[in-house]
Amino acid sequence: MPEELNVLEHELVPEHHLLSEKDAEKVLKGLKLTKDQLPKIRLGDPAVRVLDAIAGPVEEGMMVKIVRKSSTSGVSVCYRLVIRG
Amino acid sequence: MMVTGVTKRISSIKFAHLSPDEIRKMSATKIITADTYDDDGFPIDMGLMDPHLGVIEPGLRCKTCGKKVDECPGHFGHIDLAMPVIHVGYVKEIKRLLQSTCRSCGRLLLTGEQAEEYRKQRDKMEEFGADSTDTGNVAKETARDAAARTTCPHCSTVQLKITLDKPTTFREEGHKLTPKEVRERLERIPDADMISLGMDPTVSRPEWMVLTALPVPPVTVRPSITLDSGDRSEDDVTHKLVDVLRINQRLRENRDAGAPQLIVEDLWELLQYHVTTYFDNQTSGIPPARHRSGRPLKTLVQRLKGKEGRFRSNLSGKRVNFSARTVISPDPMLSINEVGVPVEAARELSVPIHVTERNLEKAKEICKRGPIPAGPVYQPGVNYVIRSDGRRIKVTDKNAETVAETVEPGYVVERHLMDGDIVLFNRQPSLHRMSIMAHEVRVMPYKTFRFNLCVCPPYNADFDGDEMNLHVLQSEEARAEAKVLMRVQEHILSPRMGAPVIGAIHDHITGAFLLTFKDSKFTREETLRIVEKVGEVTLPKPKVIGGVEYWTGKQLFGLILPPGLHMTFKSSICQKCQTCLKEKCEHDGFVVIRHGKLITGTIDEKAIGAFKGKIVDKLARDYGPDIARHFIDRATKLAIGAIMIRGFTTGIDDEDIPDQAKREIDDAMTQATLKVEEHVQAYRRGELEQMPGRSLEETLEVEIMKVLGKARDTAGQIAGRHLGLENSAVIMARSGARGSMLNLSQMAGAIGQQAVRGERLSRGYWNRTLPHFQKGDLGSEARGFVRNCYKSGLTPTEYFFHSMGGREGLVDTAVRTSRSGYMQRRLINALEDLKVMPDGSVRNTAGTIIQFTYGEDGIDPMRSVGGDAVDVDDIILAVLGDQGELIAKVQEKGALSYGIQDRDLMETPTDEGGETEQEEPEFEGGGAGEEQ
Repeated sequence: MPEELNVLEHELVPEHHLLSEKDAEKVLKGLKLTKDQLPKIRLGDPAVRVLDAIAGPVEEGMMVKIVRKSSTSGVSVCYRLVIRG
Repeated sequence: MMVTGVTKRISSIKFAHLSPDEIRKMSATKIITADTYDDDGFPIDMGLMDPHLGVIEPGLRCKTCGKKVDECPGHFGHIDLAMPVIHVGYVKEIKRLLQSTCRSCGRLLLTGEQAEEYRKQRDKMEEFGADSTDTGNVAKETARDAAARTTCPHCSTVQLKITLDKPTTFREEGHKLTPKEVRERLERIPDADMISLGMDPTVSRPEWMVLTALPVPPVTVRPSITLDSGDRSEDDVTHKLVDVLRINQRLRENRDAGAPQLIVEDLWELLQYHVTTYFDNQTSGIPPARHRSGRPLKTLVQRLKGKEGRFRSNLSGKRVNFSARTVISPDPMLSINEVGVPVEAARELSVPIHVTERNLEKAKEICKRGPIPAGPVYQPGVNYVIRSDGRRIKVTDKNAETVAETVEPGYVVERHLMDGDIVLFNRQPSLHRMSIMAHEVRVMPYKTFRFNLCVCPPYNADFDGDEMNLHVLQSEEARAEAKVLMRVQEHILSPRMGAPVIGAIHDHITGAFLLTFKDSKFTREETLRIVEKVGEVTLPKPKVIGGVEYWTGKQLFGLILPPGLHMTFKSSICQKCQTCLKEKCEHDGFVVIRHGKLITGTIDEKAIGAFKGKIVDKLARDYGPDIARHFIDRATKLAIGAIMIRGFTTGIDDEDIPDQAKREIDDAMTQATLKVEEHVQAYRRGELEQMPGRSLEETLEVEIMKVLGKARDTAGQIAGRHLGLENSAVIMARSGARGSMLNLSQMAGAIGQQAVRGERLSRGYWNRTLPHFQKGDLGSEARGFVRNCYKSGLTPTEYFFHSMGGREGLVDTAVRTSRSGYMQRRLINALEDLKVMPDGSVRNTAGTIIQFTYGEDGIDPMRSVGGDAVDVDDIILAVLGDQGELIAKVQEKGALSYGIQDRDLMETPTDEGGETEQEEPEFEGGGAGEEQ
């Protein structure tokens, strides 16, 4: 069987990190946000599927931290809420 | 009169279906006859114009509420349909419901657990901020899952396939379902299952989507008009309702009389057609109902939809009072903040003065002047006075004195426009925020709106017949807000690119060039003529040459610069020499400003032009809008002063070149043609060396294009040798005022290869472009090479080829503008309610995050330097001061270390944005002359 492609290793895919419950809470508190105000990412998203394989089971309601290169600020960080689908 | 504060706040809006009971309950009368008026012209009771439905004629009173016209809102009536019909707007929903429920027991075709699963899913999604679109999708999924079942899990009935025969016929395995049967099935669906299917059974039941009663809108919604001949003409909606009533009546009679099934069914279908077209007369699959004249009727959906529909033309767009529109023309003597308003317009537009004890005398004085104050100087008068009780009194010459006497605190005096009033000024299309800016009024004679030419770029205006709109603000808050946020001087820097959009154009640039180029000098008289327009200045010490006092243009330009200004940059005429001679530049292209004095260099587009002006940019950024405005105002006057002293014109003889040069160009062209012929021969003999990745034919084309491209450049160069800076056209091109050197070389040298889709012309006849050539001729003339210049004129074939190339350009721009306009509309609709919150995040109205930090760096592009947060070079210059050598070193070092930066792939190399836009031919109403 051919080895499955890890999209996170592709140069065009930004870094994805799965946040622990504690970290997620901290982030939300820092930004004064509730979960429903976050942008979403689907469970079926290729990046999330890879995270699921390497960083333990990803479930609905968990948060993903995305670090991407930005032409304006160098590096930009954003967070997404994992939803079904 | 005026409502202050919030009286009631809307917390939520809920949409549901009207039930037949509700339709009847809210109905003022039942409508049974299709006739509207009797022989005497009175509305018939229980007809479509029943007086219970509201009043449209003045003087009459509504029979339902007793109010008069404009007070009575109108009341709904209803028609009881003889047989149920399907509502076209809901066929999709009905289809889904029929397919996902059992044909006999009416329950959802899913087991209890499955349905529960979907419900849970939806609750969870709602918890994470899902909106109705998301939950709707789940409902759709539920239905799709249920529809896949072939037997009912509850009663084990085998399900038959239900199809929709557009627009409103349902079939079950070919057998037609009547609306009555459909309704019966929908009635059987239990409330509990409706929740899974995305409907709230407490407010709407599915069977209500099949109509048994039809609401009749009030007459105020469909007023009939009386023509000059005395005939009445009914609204399209009324016409349609008449049709519905008539068929409904016949259907009822036939059914009650026990007519054959076939006839009843035909009438039933006819009723369905009329009710369908009553809602939407553009339903696909059925012919639109037509007026007697053959025009399709405008029914309910047509009233709402599209550009002329209720939403886009009456709710999103409205006509307003206190506005004016007229042709625009330029006036360089106005400040960029001002707008010249014709006296006629100023006397019609008004500003309300709320009279208090403190302005009572002033208000009385203005009021006393009446509507047309006498006197040689314009003075604001008054058209109307509004008393404390809200009554509006028209002020005339006769009653002005008496009305003025009665004015007391609490009155509102509607004063004419006067100098200094803040108004909004707008030119369509309003594509960005600079399309509406606040100006200060200057009331002037003649009939056009006038403004400073530097304000043309943000409005994208010219004076070939353009018209603009002006709006007078009516409240103190609005005026204050407009003055702070919308004044022209606040928009010198554009949020698009962090560079000025307001700056010199066309002859202002030429003027500045003529003023400052090399050692231009002016006598005392000339100097005073230039400087008198600028206002109060102290002239520096003149240079004395041969006993005559002279002021250099550079000295004069220094007068309008702020005292402490230091700048160094290259101007537009910079030749981009291999090694820059800096201050000693022989073209005077290196601008050095120290302590607010112009030391060397020429002021042109790069210094004061719109989009590129470095001085304007720096002043607006570092010194603020007031100083920047002052600079632009004075630079305008200085530049036109200079250009008027010297005089400036351009004509066709600016492109004259000596016969010798013409011969040279001709030789070059002939050589190129021969060379092309050589390539073609080589290709024919098969000796052409193929380029990697290209076919032989492509190789030939590339080679030929190369040769011909070079030929045009040589022609341009030969012509250019005879076009020096003493030539007006060249001055314009080189200083950036208008036109380019390419334009000039096409006029004086050769036009060059014409292309369609980036290739030499090849289509037209079989294997040739025109019948003038041999079939298969690949030579330069046969494939659209124009060896002549615009001045010498084109041969007939060349002219034809040139038209082909030109046509492609026109079509491209026409297509592009319409497409980009639609794209912009969609973007605006998608982004209109996003805003940047105090924490720097971008959010929508629901408070959900769109972007964590605006632009990922939180930089306001208007305050950025060409998109970057900080202008490092400028800071270095500010810190190190006048140490040019050091700066150069730092810059070189900087280029080495930062040059290869990790850049985003999304970033595309930007060529200078303004240029391409300017060159396009413009397609606007009123624009008569074509440019170039």
